[in-house]
Amino acid sequence: MTAGAHTATPGPSSLRLVLTLAIAGLISGIAIIGIYESTLPTITANKARELREAVFKVLPGVSQMQQLVYRDGELVVSEELGKDEQAVYGGYDGEGTFVGYAIPGAGPGFQDTIGLLYGYAPERRLVLGMEVLESRETPGLGDKIYKDAEWVGSFSALSIEPAIVAVKKGSKASPNEIDAITGATISSKAVVRIINETHSDWSERLPRAGSEPPLTTSEPAGNGERP
Amino acid sequence: MKKSESYDELIKGIWRDNPVFVQVLGMCPMLAVTNSAINAVAMGMATFFVLVGSSFLVSSFRDWIPKQVRISCFIIIIATFVTVADYTLLAIVPKVHKELGAFIPLIVANCMILGRQEAFSSRYPVRLAVMDAIGMAGGFLLALFSLGAIREILGDGALFGVSLFGENFEPWVIMILPPGGFLTLGVILLFFNWFKLKKDEFLADVAEAERGG
Amino acid sequence: MDNLPWIFISALLVNNFVLTYFLGLCPFLGVSNSLETSARLGLATTFVMLVTALCAWVLNTYVLVHAPYLRLICFIVVIASTVQFIEMLIKKLSPALFRAMGIFLPLITTNCAILGLAIFATNRGYGFVEGIVYALGAGIGFTLALVLLAGLREESELSNIPQLIKGTAMNLIIAGILSMAFMGFAGLFSSA
Repeated sequence: MTAGAHTATPGPSSLRLVLTLAIAGLISGIAIIGIYESTLPTITANKARELREAVFKVLPGVSQMQQLVYRDGELVVSEELGKDEQAVYGGYDGEGTFVGYAIPGAGPGFQDTIGLLYGYAPERRLVLGMEVLESRETPGLGDKIYKDAEWVGSFSALSIEPAIVAVKKGSKASPNEIDAITGATISSKAVVRIINETHSDWSERLPRAGSEPPLTTSEPAGNGERP
Repeated sequence: MKKSESYDELIKGIWRDNPVFVQVLGMCPMLAVTNSAINAVAMGMATFFVLVGSSFLVSSFRDWIPKQVRISCFIIIIATFVTVADYTLLAIVPKVHKELGAFIPLIVANCMILGRQEAFSSRYPVRLAVMDAIGMAGGFLLALFSLGAIREILGDGALFGVSLFGENFEPWVIMILPPGGFLTLGVILLFFNWFKLKKDEFLADVAEAERGG
Repeated sequence: MDNLPWIFISALLVNNFVLTYFLGLCPFLGVSNSLETSARLGLATTFVMLVTALCAWVLNTYVLVHAPYLRLICFIVVIASTVQFIEMLIKKLSPALFRAMGIFLPLITTNCAILGLAIFATNRGYGFVEGIVYALGAGIGFTLALVLLAGLREESELSNIPQLIKGTAMNLIIAGILSMAFMGFAGLFSSA
């Protein structure tokens, strides 16, 4: 391996080069697959737990949930999510009674994309809660959209029809209006806009109020059927 | 002789040849993840793991890796360690992993790690290589921590999430934003320059004193 | 979800890869002493970014669905190969340009901006068109930041700068001020 010589030492053969790379790749692949498999259960459990916590925050009173995928024109219970499919989450209370949907949405905020989850009760057409899942808004200003507990709390019992409107602080008049945050107008209005846009996408896909997919209590094995 | 040699390799990375402050390597992840002390430390530990692990393997196999494909081999080894670190962090501390985000895989592109393999680990025996790696990674961790601590204290009034000053402290928000990263590192480098200038001046004075008598 | 103009302008200005995400700093601080080299490097990087975005999308859609843990290694291989290919291309088409660019071409491989682009695009689930637009915005944004710093550095060559601050310290502080300036672009797309 030392640089050599004035005598022409031929370099390693191409086979040797390819073999070295192949072996390196093989060992690397084994190591990576190993770590992936061994951490997969923990990672999946973490993700599921985070989702549950978010859903329970935006739908007060629920203790059980399931994923509902919009597939072939209707909302079905399904654990798997296809590549271009979209899903919401159904929240149910202790007895299995439907409480509301938790709907994820995202869109441009002030600095970058804001991702959120909001709870929706179809019978009363009310937003029950909102939780910001990811944001890169300005610290100290825009980040109030998740740090200001009072503002986040004002998303409970918010009428969604007609669309939610963010108004100047203190001038809230109708049930579909919400105060914008002073100093974070754009971020807070972005949150409202994201909810409105997401909702207009989903309102046609959700079934008629009262005929939501029931909770499948047993281990879900793929699609559930609606009654 | 051997003992002081390896000791020297160890500590040179911490101050004299600090990868960030002196060699100015490994910049990319530095500034992005140092908006808080905990993020900085997590990134420093991940890099530590990758650097030491890679150096160990590269040095162990240095006689078997042909010169022509050495860079590719180094990158494969480094990428493997990074992927391992990525999944491990995701499983153990998902919150920190979320904050660091895409910058964990970007450890692969950290010129410091590749640079060490090329310049050192591939040419020296295992013990020296590992000492060097520990020193460099330690220096890196120290640098990250100082940057993260300064930015968090000034920009958030806290360290590791623990609020240091009272309610009335108005945080210097820009410090935890991107410009703060650039400026803080720039000022720290300024201090290093100042040190160096002073030291050179001092040495020059001493030399002159010895000559002049 | 994200519309195309937002993706482009966001990558170009609002969330500039260099000044907001701190990617691509090695060339940013190392190459920007010459306006011309900076522009050329920026252009080459943009091209590599476009190719990378394309390949990343193909990989993500068809290959990596089955093996997500191989993502990092595949991306690196793609980037390294693309740079190698471009090097050969430039050498053949314009040896003068090749000599002028020197060491900087292979350095594009370790440019975190390119790997970062691939990873961000994957995390955000960008499709084919979105990926291309994103790469374009990011590449031009990178070139912009490089050219700006190069211009400022060339100007400062003629001024009287104290010895203490010369070098990387000064470049970083200038970069910090540039970054602050770019912060003004936030909210460009607000519909408020």
